[in-house]
Amino acid sequence: MTATPSEKSFRANASTSGVVERIVAEFAIPHRQYLDGTGALTGEPPAFARDQATMVALYRAMTLTRIFDAKAIALQRTGQLGTYPSCAGQEAVGIGYASAMRPEDVMFITYREQPAQIWRGVTLTELLQFWGGDERGCNYAGPREDFPPAVPIASQAPHAVGAATAFKLRNQPRAAVCALGDGATSKGDFYESVNLAGVWKLPVVFLVIDNFWAISLPREKQTACETLAQKAIAGGIPGIQVDGNDITAVREVMDEALARARSGEGATVVEAITYRMGDHTTADDASRYRREELVSAAWKLDPLARLRTYLAGQNWWNKGDEEQLIAEAREKVDAAVAEYLAIPPPEPTSMFDHLFETLPPSLRWQRARYTRR
Amino acid sequence: MAETTMVGAIQMALARALEEDPRVVVIGEDVGVNGGVFRATDGLQQRFGESRVLDTPLAETVLAGMSIGMAAQGMRPVAEFQFMGFIYPALDQVINHAGRLRNRTRGRLTCPLVFRAPMGAGIHAPEHHSESTEVLFAHIPGIRVVIPSSPARAYGLLLSAIADPDPVMFFEPTRLYRATKEEVEDNGHGLPLDVCFTLREGTDVTLVCWGAVVKETLAAAALLGGEGISAEVIDVATVSPLDFDTILASVEKTGRLVIVHEAPYNFGPGAEIGARIAERGLLSLQAPIERVTAPDVVVPLLRLEKAYMPSEKDIVEAARRAVHFQ
Repeated sequence: MTATPSEKSFRANASTSGVVERIVAEFAIPHRQYLDGTGALTGEPPAFARDQATMVALYRAMTLTRIFDAKAIALQRTGQLGTYPSCAGQEAVGIGYASAMRPEDVMFITYREQPAQIWRGVTLTELLQFWGGDERGCNYAGPREDFPPAVPIASQAPHAVGAATAFKLRNQPRAAVCALGDGATSKGDFYESVNLAGVWKLPVVFLVIDNFWAISLPREKQTACETLAQKAIAGGIPGIQVDGNDITAVREVMDEALARARSGEGATVVEAITYRMGDHTTADDASRYRREELVSAAWKLDPLARLRTYLAGQNWWNKGDEEQLIAEAREKVDAAVAEYLAIPPPEPTSMFDHLFETLPPSLRWQRARYTRR
Repeated sequence: MAETTMVGAIQMALARALEEDPRVVVIGEDVGVNGGVFRATDGLQQRFGESRVLDTPLAETVLAGMSIGMAAQGMRPVAEFQFMGFIYPALDQVINHAGRLRNRTRGRLTCPLVFRAPMGAGIHAPEHHSESTEVLFAHIPGIRVVIPSSPARAYGLLLSAIADPDPVMFFEPTRLYRATKEEVEDNGHGLPLDVCFTLREGTDVTLVCWGAVVKETLAAAALLGGEGISAEVIDVATVSPLDFDTILASVEKTGRLVIVHEAPYNFGPGAEIGARIAERGLLSLQAPIERVTAPDVVVPLLRLEKAYMPSEKDIVEAARRAVHFQ
């Protein structure tokens, strides 16, 4: 391990002034990868990676997500959806961590987590409804306890810590997963949550999705830290970095972190390195701040192509399978779009109907003004 | 039935809630062994254990946010913030999450929590310990703002706040914590939220107030009575959502309105009440509305805090101006 800048300067001072120092704590951040950028194994993969059904299911979900994503952007461009954040390139992270979760675990996310939401059972129609500007899209029929995306950045981290506290107080073997971005690790919400999760040994996993960009700010301008995983160290919990475009690594590391959480061993920070292929949202133009070469280089590490190469190498997947999958996924997405477009907008009075459990009498006159005439 | 102070009544209500509802937890900084900086949680950890009364690290954002996560999981967190002046790091959580979780999930996830914080000047405390910024919270949709003004109302309103299915900001006037004692029966009965309490009936002028200044307002009403002026005193108690109908009915009867609050004048809660009277009760008024408030300045340190706070004399003079208006 190389010395950090502070170690270097302190050692230099100590050697000139005759101060006697000793190292009281040392830390290291491991990095995990099983499939390299070409889809070749770098070592013995976890057992599930030897299971055809499991791996094909992951690939199918990643493909569905990508086709959905492209369709959502097209809908926005044609005025049929609100501002939308593309998740292209981050499918391995999302499907990876969601597939490691159990149904009774609870997810606390930011926007851009459509892959994980789809795996957890949020329907494509619900996703379109939400991004199309209808609160009903967050009343998930599937994962009833999962939080909707937190937009203010890192503000979902305390919620995850709260749910984890509830699990611990109730002696439930469940875990909370908090997914946040690289930019979110600069916020106090994140530090306060990691600190509490450490000191209370809470069943929570903070998954930092390092996609290199916080809108226009690149990762190297976000922090002086070599890794984002090392932010765990200040909270007294383990931090590990994983190749976020290698779904086997993401899922295996999350399996381990979740097992730790559920068995009372406490929290973990997992940093998944990936890349935001698209603009920040459909309201953004990334060409203002990043060169196209960076994006084309990142496409060479595309998580879908990588997994497809692996599947083909195992003789689990061929061109026919691929064509059939794409056709099925398109059909599914188109059906969801048709369903979404057929849903009439909510009644204006619905703005009042979920403000409180019971509308206070003093607000009734306001609600009456919004009754459709 | 024993006599108790407001802080004693709050402690009694917390104990009652912890005893009757296993979902209730008390969390905050120094609420455990130390019993809270004002002793509102005194003895609760010893009695109910460390899994019901939890000391948190010194971090208000996570205190607020974790309460939201716990509440959505079906618990009933009652979080103590040490002073209103220290609650601001939690504003993001209150505005962006607590007040809208039910709405943004169409009722799938809810936020039954209480955030308690001491408020107001008058106890010779240091800087940032004397705030009256309830209007910041009253402006936010989806949350309630409740301020008790007596031991009995603190007990009953806090029990109702804890039982309420939605988030409640519960601000406790520090000046009243130990100012008076009264008999409070520990019967587990809540008092209604969202309604004003008419503390004294009168026919000549309506005095609207809440929190610490209720004390001065009642004293002013007694003094005015000696002058032959019959003052009605309304304790708003739930600042938001506002029970305006009770205030309007009183003004329709008396024709005169004096609004008293310790919060500053500019965009203060009195402006909202006054504007609504202008909209719906203008023709009942026989005199201009009077507002008795703190000035639009930074809360002074203790040497000047008495000058800063609205006084009984200020209230009496405002009521006299209203009654003698020609």
